[in-house]
Amino acid sequence: MNSPNLEDMGCGTSSATKDKKSEKALKAALVIQNWYRGYRARLKTRQRYALTIFQSIEYADEQGQLQLSNFFSFMLENYTHVQEKEPGLVTRLFGSSIQDKDRQDYLELIEIPDSYCGPRLQFPLTFTDIDLLIEAFKQQQILHAYYVLEVLFETKKVLQQMPNFTHTNTSPSKEITICDRGKNSMEILMILFVSFLVYPNDLHLNRGNHEDFMMNMRYGFTKEILHKYKLHGKKILQILEEVYTWLPIGTIIDNEVLVIHGGISESTDLNLLHRIERNKMRSVLMPPIPMDGDRAEKKNKLGTTTVAQGIRTSGSFSEQLTKQEWEQVIDILWSDPRGKRGCYPNTNRGGGCYFGPDITSKILNKYQLKILVRSHECKPEGYEICHDGKVITVFSASNYYEEGSNRGAYIRMSSGTTPRFFQYQITKATCLRPLYQRVNAIESSAIRMLKERMISRKTDLIRAFQLQDRNKSGKLSMGQWAFSMENVLGLNLPWRSLSSHLVTTDKDGNIDYMSGFQDVHIQKPVKEVQSTLIETVYRYRSDLQIIFNIIDSDHSGLISMEEFRSMWKLFKSHYSVHIDDSQFDELAERMDLNKDGSIDFNEFLKAFYVVHKFDQLTKSDTKLA
Amino acid sequence: MADDRDRDGTEIAVAEFHKKIKEAFEVFDHESNNTVDVREVGTIIRSLGCCPSEGELHDLIAEVEEEEPTGYIRFEKFLPVMTEVLLERRYRPIPEDILLRAFEVLDPAKRGFLSKDELIKYMTEEGEPFSQEEMEEMLSAAIDPESNSVLYKDYITMMVIDEN
Repeated sequence: MNSPNLEDMGCGTSSATKDKKSEKALKAALVIQNWYRGYRARLKTRQRYALTIFQSIEYADEQGQLQLSNFFSFMLENYTHVQEKEPGLVTRLFGSSIQDKDRQDYLELIEIPDSYCGPRLQFPLTFTDIDLLIEAFKQQQILHAYYVLEVLFETKKVLQQMPNFTHTNTSPSKEITICDRGKNSMEILMILFVSFLVYPNDLHLNRGNHEDFMMNMRYGFTKEILHKYKLHGKKILQILEEVYTWLPIGTIIDNEVLVIHGGISESTDLNLLHRIERNKMRSVLMPPIPMDGDRAEKKNKLGTTTVAQGIRTSGSFSEQLTKQEWEQVIDILWSDPRGKRGCYPNTNRGGGCYFGPDITSKILNKYQLKILVRSHECKPEGYEICHDGKVITVFSASNYYEEGSNRGAYIRMSSGTTPRFFQYQITKATCLRPLYQRVNAIESSAIRMLKERMISRKTDLIRAFQLQDRNKSGKLSMGQWAFSMENVLGLNLPWRSLSSHLVTTDKDGNIDYMSGFQDVHIQKPVKEVQSTLIETVYRYRSDLQIIFNIIDSDHSGLISMEEFRSMWKLFKSHYSVHIDDSQFDELAERMDLNKDGSIDFNEFLKAFYVVHKFDQLTKSDTKLA
Repeated sequence: MADDRDRDGTEIAVAEFHKKIKEAFEVFDHESNNTVDVREVGTIIRSLGCCPSEGELHDLIAEVEEEEPTGYIRFEKFLPVMTEVLLERRYRPIPEDILLRAFEVLDPAKRGFLSKDELIKYMTEEGEPFSQEEMEEMLSAAIDPESNSVLYKDYITMMVIDEN
């Protein structure tokens, strides 16, 4: 037994000798220290668990994104059938965007009203414009669409002059995913682009995996733009998509340091990457389409084979990258370093690969480089060094998942010296809050997300549980429950440790598996429709969001009932969803609130959300303060 | 047979412990290669409900380290040692009442609180002293801002609720 027995200390006896007193104090101090260290360790662990949950879900989402791109390929294969029913649909999906008015024409059409009191930029831009913007955004002002477009046009023009890899000499170079979370992505983007235009030789922007119009649709940037810029949002999105494709792939500093977003693979060929026409990569998630009359087999990274059958596409061969080029770019933008040697598919994200220290050495040596600097993964301390100092991960967005989730960092490099790291964590609130409150906040946020996942797979989970519950007792052992959760949700999480947050356990350690669904449910927008349909739409709502956005090429927010139905039929068969068509029709009819044959899909999708039973009861996150 | 049942019971317990230990370990295995940084081993052991002192932790680490310390601990070495610890129920956590008594020992005048300076003195000079980071963290939650002292009874109650 290690806990000191206080009973023989005779607490509070004032007649103790000096020695005995200090011995007592020593033992008491030991008790308190021991307890505190245990408590602190458990806090740190809970923090780690929360982060693991966020990360697993994020990567699972990225995998889901890839499944979506498979869906588009699938749609193409069934092109002939779709073509009959919905002639415009696939062309809109894969056709090149209409060549419309050039810059001058378009800008001339925009008027800035006198009442506009936001920031006004002066071209050519100078550092005063940067300050102006920062000040204005601090005051929550919005930059007028006119200026946004001017900046974007100008940025595109400058980027078009740049090679795929910018060569530079020691100056601080940051590698970042520019924006795709939070509500002020647009403002950050503007500051970055304006700064870039003022200092084009000193500020280097590289493309990350979220600089991609499809990723933007999933993660909310598209919505932010359309919401802030109701009149010109569509145009902004269109130009922005082009700007993305012109972002360089990487930067090489002092001929020694390679800066890219994700990582490398064993086949990374920098010479090839220097040569490709990078602007042909519209979205990293729309793989090159096999050509007319081609019966070539196409394998994507996840190994599923699709066979092209004489598809005629509206785009010509010269408008796409080759399959090899495309894969090279995916590797750069999506790969992650790992301790294990070799190179193997990145199953977490569904794209790119995991590369080991041997791969790093091989590629760096091949091109006489010394260090790889990259981003792409959130690190609790803002940065991480691996592969024997050859790979540095820098992550600059603090509180990426949630307030208190992680620090941000940036790196300062000078030639000849070791890099220096600077860490920080934003938000005034978290600076003052004690550790346990911050941990509570991110923990409850993570558990919420996890519960929403569970509810979106409720039917499959219950089926899996019942398969193991032979006696129909409603209970499973911890091992059985954990097994089903991992299998159905596809998330590699510490289920045993998390179980206390998710389900109730009886005194024998058995789990009441239905208790996991008790405090959450999906709001039913229409009472008469079956739960399974509601659940399915809720589960795929992000994917549906993207598909709708693509169909709705003029960004009106509306699609016709016909388009809605035919898209759903395709979706259903590709994702093997077993829902009765009549059920779906019923739902669609009821969602067409103004009965004019068109559906406002944003309204449609907003109607599917999860209600947490205890939301109304808890006033704030820090109830225990 | 009671013996057989005991043995089965232990086997099941061991299997469950193995899974628990594996889960706790994996969360800190950032490279997914069955190793963790030695500096996180203390956190892992404590997350499994044990409360070794710093000295006891030091000994445990020596048991699971490589012959030539690499800074990493391998799961294959960690698992058997940790299983023993759990089976023998070693390093049990401090019960709430003992913790309260410890604070009371440091407050012989029975004021019901410790001043900030007193707490700092005891925690950083006695026993197994706190690092600066540990001290700052404890203070941020323990100090009652109005009185600038540690109302230890309230503090303990708060921490216990938070854990449950």
